[in-house]
Amino acid sequence: MILQQQISVELNMRNSPSDPPCQSALFKGGHQNITFHQHVNPSQFIVWELLQDGPICRRLFSNSGNFWHTGTISCNIPELAAEMIHSLFLINHSGDIFLEKHWKSVISRSVCDYFFEAKEKAVDPENVSPVLQTPHHYLITIYRDKLFFLSVIQTEVPPLFVIEFLHRVADTIQDYFGECSESVIMDNVVTVYELLEEMLDNGFPLATESNVLKEMIRPPTILRSVVNTLTGGSNVGDTLPTGQLSNIPWRRAGVKYTNNEAYFDVIEEIDAILDKSGSTVFAEIQGVIEACVRLTGMPDLTLSFMNPRLLDDVSFHPCVRFKRWESERVLSFIPPDGNFTLMNYHVSSQNLVAIPVYVKQSITFFEMGPCGRLDITIGPKQTMGKTVEALMVTIHMPKAVLSANLTPTQGNYTYDLATKVLVWDIGKLNPQKLPNLRGSLSLQAGAPKPEDNPSLNIDLKIQQVAISGLKVSRLDMYGEKYKPFKGVKYLTKAGKFQVRT
Amino acid sequence: MLESNKDSLKLEAMKRVVGLIAKGKNASELFPAVVKNVASKNIELKKLVYVYLVRYAEEQQDLALLSISTFQRALKDPNQFIRGSALRVLSSIRVPIIVPIMMLAIKEAAADLSPYVRKTSAHAIQKLYSMDPDQKEQLIEVIEKLLKDKSTLVAGSVVMAFEEVCPDRIDLIHKNYRKLCNLLVDVEEWGQVVIISMLTRYARTQFTSPWKEGAMFDENNEKAFYDSDSEEKKDQTEAQPYIMDPDHRLLLRNTKPLLQSRNTAVVMSVAQLYWHLAPKHEVNIVTKSLVRLLRSHREVQYIVLQNIATMSIQRKGMFEPFMKSFYVRSTDATHIKTLKLEILTNLANEANISTILREFQTYVKSQDKAFAAATIQAIGRCATNISEVTDTCLNGLVLLLSNRDETVVAESVVVIKKLLQTQPTQHSEIIKHMAKLFDNITVSMARASILWLMGEYCERVPKIAPDVLRKMAKTFTAEEDIVKLQTVNLAAKLYLTNSKQTKLLTHYDIRDRTRFIRQLIVPNEKSGALNKYARRILLAPKPAPVLESAFKDRDRYQLGTLSHSLNTKATGYLELSDWPAVAPDQSVRNVEVIEPVRNPDTLLIIVLLHACLILTHKSGSESEEESSEESDKTSSDSGKSSSGSEKSSSESEPEQKKKKKMTKAPQKKSKPTANLCLLRFIPVFPMSLQVTTPSFGPVKTYELLHHMTGKGLSAKYHFSRQPCLYQPSMVAVQVILTNSSDHSLEEIHIGDRSPASLNIHCFNTIERLEPEASVTVSMGIDFSDSTQAANFQLCTKEDQFSVSIQPAVGELLMPSTMTEQDFSKEQGKLLGMNETSATITMATANTSSQAISKQVLCAANVGVVSSSANNFHRFAGRTVSSRALVLVSLELKESSTALLTINTEKSVMASMLLRDLKQALAQA
Repeated sequence: MILQQQISVELNMRNSPSDPPCQSALFKGGHQNITFHQHVNPSQFIVWELLQDGPICRRLFSNSGNFWHTGTISCNIPELAAEMIHSLFLINHSGDIFLEKHWKSVISRSVCDYFFEAKEKAVDPENVSPVLQTPHHYLITIYRDKLFFLSVIQTEVPPLFVIEFLHRVADTIQDYFGECSESVIMDNVVTVYELLEEMLDNGFPLATESNVLKEMIRPPTILRSVVNTLTGGSNVGDTLPTGQLSNIPWRRAGVKYTNNEAYFDVIEEIDAILDKSGSTVFAEIQGVIEACVRLTGMPDLTLSFMNPRLLDDVSFHPCVRFKRWESERVLSFIPPDGNFTLMNYHVSSQNLVAIPVYVKQSITFFEMGPCGRLDITIGPKQTMGKTVEALMVTIHMPKAVLSANLTPTQGNYTYDLATKVLVWDIGKLNPQKLPNLRGSLSLQAGAPKPEDNPSLNIDLKIQQVAISGLKVSRLDMYGEKYKPFKGVKYLTKAGKFQVRT
Repeated sequence: MLESNKDSLKLEAMKRVVGLIAKGKNASELFPAVVKNVASKNIELKKLVYVYLVRYAEEQQDLALLSISTFQRALKDPNQFIRGSALRVLSSIRVPIIVPIMMLAIKEAAADLSPYVRKTSAHAIQKLYSMDPDQKEQLIEVIEKLLKDKSTLVAGSVVMAFEEVCPDRIDLIHKNYRKLCNLLVDVEEWGQVVIISMLTRYARTQFTSPWKEGAMFDENNEKAFYDSDSEEKKDQTEAQPYIMDPDHRLLLRNTKPLLQSRNTAVVMSVAQLYWHLAPKHEVNIVTKSLVRLLRSHREVQYIVLQNIATMSIQRKGMFEPFMKSFYVRSTDATHIKTLKLEILTNLANEANISTILREFQTYVKSQDKAFAAATIQAIGRCATNISEVTDTCLNGLVLLLSNRDETVVAESVVVIKKLLQTQPTQHSEIIKHMAKLFDNITVSMARASILWLMGEYCERVPKIAPDVLRKMAKTFTAEEDIVKLQTVNLAAKLYLTNSKQTKLLTHYDIRDRTRFIRQLIVPNEKSGALNKYARRILLAPKPAPVLESAFKDRDRYQLGTLSHSLNTKATGYLELSDWPAVAPDQSVRNVEVIEPVRNPDTLLIIVLLHACLILTHKSGSESEEESSEESDKTSSDSGKSSSGSEKSSSESEPEQKKKKKMTKAPQKKSKPTANLCLLRFIPVFPMSLQVTTPSFGPVKTYELLHHMTGKGLSAKYHFSRQPCLYQPSMVAVQVILTNSSDHSLEEIHIGDRSPASLNIHCFNTIERLEPEASVTVSMGIDFSDSTQAANFQLCTKEDQFSVSIQPAVGELLMPSTMTEQDFSKEQGKLLGMNETSATITMATANTSSQAISKQVLCAANVGVVSSSANNFHRFAGRTVSSRALVLVSLELKESSTALLTINTEKSVMASMLLRDLKQALAQA
């Protein structure tokens, strides 16, 4: 494949001694087209020759064909880039590169400068565009857990491919070490490096299944590290993980437990936008079934629901047999060992979405004098007879609000002066005595009154219920003789739950 | 420590070394010590050494070679894991000397019993190829072998190698196509993405289009989703039934379950496959899955929203039911907000506009002012697209003018300006209102917009406009360039409509600057001719600006690609080809749309530039002086008004001023030479300069349809002389369709053809051609090597015109390259009946070898064969349809005569070509 190579060459040529030297020229395309960087006067023309052997030399001519400058320039043409992900840089919140990994020839970390530039411009790290273009590379970045995962790409590749992979890397680190932070990565830098080596070969993902990786590189435990120091053993497996070869790459072979157990958590999040009057602008339920399966051997599980028709749109772990879902609406699968996400689903029909709480609020800023009033009351609406817990209200106040002097009837509140975020932590919602927060806000003197009221973000939890009404009816196991412990837990949370004021 | 005997110590040391590498520090001086451990028994140590080797082998090639033998041994290891990793590392060491070793290893590994090793070999192919592209042929053989592999493990990797090494060898896929489709579900996620993207390209070259003629792009704004559905049904009954290739169906069926994948990249690639390959009514099944992806990570949202934005322009219906999923939350990142806004605007139609506008009202109040400004723009777009709500929007925007935030007001003004342009009548109230606000607005773009509005509609607000101008004159020097420009414009326009009042202004400083326009208006010797047009230039009705989506042109790129995301062609982007053969394709992508009439503003600029050139030419020496004067003036603003009025008496002044203005507007204090003037001036204004691609030979354009007979539709055609994209046996013809009538023409397409068997690749139906607009479309015609004219009908919605394309015999050829020896050899085979020759007389101008080549190449599409003798010229070509050789040789004789010989099996063509060439060479 002939790639459109862009080669930047340092030129040091000038028309007359007084002219400034041309800084650089861009040579583009299959040895034919030459486009100039802006520093080069466009009226000049460069003819160049490519000598096959030895360093690459070019001779320069003016456009009239007259011999103009005999200087030869040699430069290294970068190799034809053939891989998807070329390099990975991990960057912390304050902009230090603390880890780099190259799957091919080394790319200078100065390439990250383009990213830093973009980061400067976007005030918030979340506002940095995930895809950036630099003269020679493309940068695809994800921001997670206060870390930037920056990958360098040289050729066309589906951006989602890279983004998904980077998230998979972050997931794996999380899975191995319990959290994904700079200190944890630096403490385990060698393991992380080994993982990256296994996950990507020549820029193409190789093994990304946590089960497979864990067989090749064992996660560190205190016991094992002690044993290893004593015996000289290692954390690296010397045989090919069996999963890698089989049709079920997600499960490792020879799993053994004394207690066989399979637990499923059905977790639903309500995403909603309520308007001023409390009516629903938009609401949907986002559900996920997290599984923790510790079963010996090769169990084949079937999970069925009382009301599978509720599920509007689903996505599965690769282990789920899609055909059986299509025909019978049951989840049939050979599970990976350990924790995994079995499925994600979506319930969107608006009438089905119960809104568990109502909010009465009034936030006013007075035209006269630098102050305002705030009064919020929260009460239960459709809670399915359960208690609303961990109730919390977060408000991003306008910049002009200096301080808040409020009195909560329940829980306590904080107002962060720097970020202008008001957090009211309520806790359990008591239907007999509704929590209320009221008081005054003081504004910066002289500043104009804020035009709009901030919206409220609400967090809450309801145990023991899936708000969509989804229920698991049974779990059956085939293929193994023993009787496992089984359990299903339900939980409802507020997702992006916003009340406009 | 690396020299130690204990593995545990070595391991500890290696870990530190790898730690150094990870931090980006240089550890290359340890190379000799590290490389010794490559044969270690400890697997972890070994792996770390591998990591080190891969990183530094390139820098220390000689030492790296020491390790090669270890790998060669490991390649024979009974443990497949070790064999695999040895190959991985061996192929990752970028040392050119080991290319043959690598080649051998890859070949062996490709035949390994373990699919894991075979997979590794597929990866190694890409690495070797990138190091030494000369190995391509051998590598293709290996790829061919691996493509036959039945293991799901190998499939993804080998397709990846295929895409890197030989994406054009589509023939390798044919036999494996069904297997790949069937395996797809079981391939690992990353492989799925690669295979799907490859199969998308494959399907586009192999199957006919499942879309009805031109159906791809007609579901635009005007047509709502609902009637397009019913229309489609109607179409189906009328048009001859389209039968989908079973293989095409197989691909669609087997990819569908993957929409349920947890991997967002897989879902996206299936979505783009359906978008590019599936029949219209089936595309909708991807919607739900795409909307689901919006719940994923922010970065994923960003990419998915970009793709939805492109899709929603063409097919509103797909996403309309999910409109609420695109509602903006105050916690969304800015780029996500903007994209959601974009999509909501695309989805707006008569039915949902009120909901959307209500939602927009909330956004306008957002604390994020940039976002609020973007919302105002979006409201503007909705207002122009949906005429029912224009007034509502306008009123809403006028209310916003009293907003306290400056950016919001400024943006509103700019959008109102654009809206008023579309509906200039009965809005003088708004203009008056804006005039009142003028003093409070400080954003220059907004100020300039108000001034422009004043000038444009000054007849409607006769009292206010001069007032504003007077105010402006006082503050003129402090304004930004764009405001100054508009002030001058306003002054000029006022002068034309209402000269009495404007004259009051003469003692103001502003007159200084307006002088260059007065040059146009006030008659004088040099630009007297321009005067006539002044009114027309300045007050010509401006075409209303089109507020359209930034994603309008993104459908050029395959969805889900990096190129699409960046909206520029990324390195290594592979074009998605159009549907082939008989079925209509959506070659709309190839169509170059020539801008309709030039914007009058542009005209004005061009006129001014000309004037400027003339003037610089005249007052060449004075220019230096003038520029220094100019800089003086800007520095001392106070003394300006007096000096300005004094100078006005001298006649030559205005010329210089005029030029000064020209240089000043774009960039202050530039050295006024004509060249620079032009160069700097042009980029400031968005002029659409058409860049024509250079073609190899001289292009003759023929008339296909005259605009008199075509009732306004005129068509010209030329032979592009490039291999036809659609079928190799076709001749590529480019047709330029121009609408010279005063109404737009609809549904331009090709109707009946005669002879009926004539094989034409039609261009896509052109839905609509505005007056004065023209489009270039490409066709392919199979003339079967005869000069018999291709007759067909060019149809519009109302009329049909019979037209014919008669090719010159020279156009039925394709150049063929060969050496002189080959030429003589081939000529030897084509003697006797296959030879035609004549002695010809050439025009004296044509005796030089360059001229001969030029004339011959002009008459016939042949290639030059290099010749050793001066008096011999040879040309070679093949007929397009039957690929028969056509050899032309020309032997120069004395006194501009020459012997022209043509050797070919096609004797009829030979005699015709002889005649044409004779004619071409005879004329000067």
